[in-house]
Amino acid sequence: MNRFAELLDRIAYEPGRNNKIKLIADYFRTTPDPSRGYALAAFTGALSFKYAKPALLRGLISDRVDPELFALSYDYVGDLSETIALLWPAKKIKGRNDVPTLSEIVETLGALGKLELPGQLVRWLDALDERGRWALLKLVTGGMRIGVSARLAKTAAAALGPHDVTEVELAWPGLEPPYEKLFAWLEGEGEAPESNNPVLFRPVMLAHAIEASDFGKLDPKEFVAEWKWDGIRMQAASGLDKSGKRATRLYSRTGEEITKSFPDLLSAFQHDGVLDGELLILREGRVQSFNVLQQRLNRKAVSSKLLQEFPAHIRAYDLLSEDGEDLRHLPFLERRKRLGKFVKNLKDSRVDLSPMVSFGSWDELAGARADPAQHGAGQDADAVEGVMIKRGDSVYQPGRPKGQWWKWKRDPKVIDAVLMYAQRGHGKRSSFYSDYTFGVWTNGDEGEQLVPVGKAYFGFTDEELQQIDRFVRRHTVNKFGPVREIVHEPNEGLVFEVAFEGLARSSRHKSGVAMRFPRISRLRWDKPPKEADRIEALERLLEGDPAAPLKRKRRA
Amino acid sequence: MRPEQLLTPTPSGVCCKPAKFHIDPTRKVDRALITHAHSDHARAGHKHVLATRETLDIMRLRYGENFAGSVQEVGYGETLNLDSVKVTFHPAGHVLGSAQIAVEANGCRIVASGDYKDAADPTCAPFELVPCDVFISEATFGLPVFRHPDASEEIRKLLQSVTLFPERAHLVGAYSLGKAQRVIALIREAGYEKPVYIHGALEKITAYYEECGIPLGPIELVKGAKKAELAGQIVVCPPSSMTDLWSRRFSDPVTCFASGWMRVRARARQGQIHLPLVISDHADWDGLTNTIAATGAGEVWVTHGQEDAIVHWAKARGLKARPLAIVGYGDEESEDDLDTAGETGA
Ligand SMILES: [Zn+2]
Repeated sequence: MNRFAELLDRIAYEPGRNNKIKLIADYFRTTPDPSRGYALAAFTGALSFKYAKPALLRGLISDRVDPELFALSYDYVGDLSETIALLWPAKKIKGRNDVPTLSEIVETLGALGKLELPGQLVRWLDALDERGRWALLKLVTGGMRIGVSARLAKTAAAALGPHDVTEVELAWPGLEPPYEKLFAWLEGEGEAPESNNPVLFRPVMLAHAIEASDFGKLDPKEFVAEWKWDGIRMQAASGLDKSGKRATRLYSRTGEEITKSFPDLLSAFQHDGVLDGELLILREGRVQSFNVLQQRLNRKAVSSKLLQEFPAHIRAYDLLSEDGEDLRHLPFLERRKRLGKFVKNLKDSRVDLSPMVSFGSWDELAGARADPAQHGAGQDADAVEGVMIKRGDSVYQPGRPKGQWWKWKRDPKVIDAVLMYAQRGHGKRSSFYSDYTFGVWTNGDEGEQLVPVGKAYFGFTDEELQQIDRFVRRHTVNKFGPVREIVHEPNEGLVFEVAFEGLARSSRHKSGVAMRFPRISRLRWDKPPKEADRIEALERLLEGDPAAPLKRKRRA
Repeated sequence: MRPEQLLTPTPSGVCCKPAKFHIDPTRKVDRALITHAHSDHARAGHKHVLATRETLDIMRLRYGENFAGSVQEVGYGETLNLDSVKVTFHPAGHVLGSAQIAVEANGCRIVASGDYKDAADPTCAPFELVPCDVFISEATFGLPVFRHPDASEEIRKLLQSVTLFPERAHLVGAYSLGKAQRVIALIREAGYEKPVYIHGALEKITAYYEECGIPLGPIELVKGAKKAELAGQIVVCPPSSMTDLWSRRFSDPVTCFASGWMRVRARARQGQIHLPLVISDHADWDGLTNTIAATGAGEVWVTHGQEDAIVHWAKARGLKARPLAIVGYGDEESEDDLDTAGETGA
């Protein structure tokens, strides 16, 4: 336990991720089973026992330390567990052999009766040093905030041998502390540990929000796209239990079991497999809004009336396992083929396949995203939240692996802004002024003036680009190197409708706000600059004021 | 004679009126007896200074030749008769040359212990227990949460980290007088033989320790070293330099701080320390309370630190106890800030 405590201390103070990994890996390498397994469990949140109450600890210390000295100490240190760990009158015995290991402590805590806890704690506190006592008290009170994610701890475990963290994640579900087989495998001995429970939750793969600057780095040929449905991401796992009976479990994206809330879906699964999809409400074949789904989620009791009025549906995105075969290491397009057959085989209208969106360029995909109804979503277009962009060869990895999946949401926020500066583009656009800085009105030092709020070089058609370029060249009032200042007076200038995904406060921008992913959604030749938006509109949006006069997505 | 007539506490230190001297005065006086050379106790500008040879030498190194009008060396165990008062210097175990000053007249003995520790230290003479009627004690770590571990155990952690991160320099923040040299000596005791690099602010005092016959092994200056040479080395420096420009020459260093304060997590976090080393040149709670009890003193005066807890503890044991509220003790750090001010980039 002293050794584990020393590790906790070190990683608590060490900010560097790679350094943390090195420290944890060193601990795993030099600590025997089963203690290292319980340490991994502590990092991944897999330990559970009944916690001790602070009152119990206060009782123990007040039997041993003068109350005035305790008060002065607690006041100085500021943390109860730490104060007690430091104050505990330890008996210093050289070479003592009763220092508990982490595994002894974890195993004993799991089996201990409530009445035995105080006596056991005292024995342990007597045997441990200051750091060990601190770690013990944090552990038994459930107050251990280690500053290490489960992912980081698994990465450190993977560093023991030739396997990488993705393999650990894939093997992880269903494994239990102290993970002896896992460590043996990681150190190059023995087979990968396998869980034989068919209905376990598999950690979900997530997407990054795409930024305008990402597109330039991504080759559309390597990606496929599908609609992002506005429901609840879920996982359905079905298989036979030990007695040969079919078991089906539904999970939320965080692994919370939601089977009981959706009994109407269970009979759809008559084949072994684990499916990743979106939970929706369908009425007469039409996807209902998130609002409607919300109404079903809000009801605690699942009555037959509810099931009838809000029929649940799964729109399938992915297949993680089939007939006991783990598919997650296959490329997405391969899994997608298997998914198609799997869904067809279910022969059940409550489960269908999420259609792909075809595109040849990012601009084409932008068009589909802007108008899903005309690009295959038909009457379900209102339930499309955007598009998902996935690498065709992406394996299914838990978490948010870099560069694999992207989400590109629809229905952005929109503001009218005035073109202030323009700069030449790059590559094919190098002969055009295609990078624009735009601003909104504010009451500044010189009265009403425009303050820049963002830059955009995206969102217009080629024809529109030529129009803007012409405008820029004819209305330049100043040149600074490659940058042209464009006329922006109340009655003269060009107004853009700018769409963006989000806003954040920013001290780097003069306006105090930074837009996420802004792009030109329309050219407002009809609008004089004086009618463009004011900074207050952005500020209201930042504060989530419902009175903000901007189009926004509303969810009940 | 009442103890207060022999030694009178004032806000700028204790003053012996019958023999007209002050101990560790924080303002300029005619005759000063100095316990040790840390700048909060040893100031320049007194007319006449009495101290151990080492303390006088270190004051000279720090303040220059003319740090006092005149000086007088006092050896450990040597008794001086100053008017009707007997004064004896005894080792305090704090830093090289540090002394407790026993003052005696009319059958009343008071020991002004300055800063002291009862733990082992290879760089200075060990603390000597002096029985007395009144013991003047510091209380820097005067809370029962402060129990310093074996310093060798802390050094083991440092060396283990050096092994685990052979590409990162380990910056060990340590006060430039005493702590730095003790840390180096402990590193040598643990069997580490490679050169130890030091910040320029430590150069003079470290060389002085070696002149006094304290072996510290091969020492190199950071100043002359190439960046690549510093990777993976142990570098001892004043604590304040770990956060200033000087530290930028190290890539991804492990910042360590050797101090009793490192026992408390909030203090280590505040200093953005990666590896706290609980090594102190002051007595911990057990050291303070054991020493006070062992002197047999019926009365304790507490100069600086966590006075409340020590006074409470002493009273609970039936001793007379009072805080002295001397202004200006307890800032050993400030000396380093001064030293490093001119060393940025060194
Ligand atoms: Zn000192």
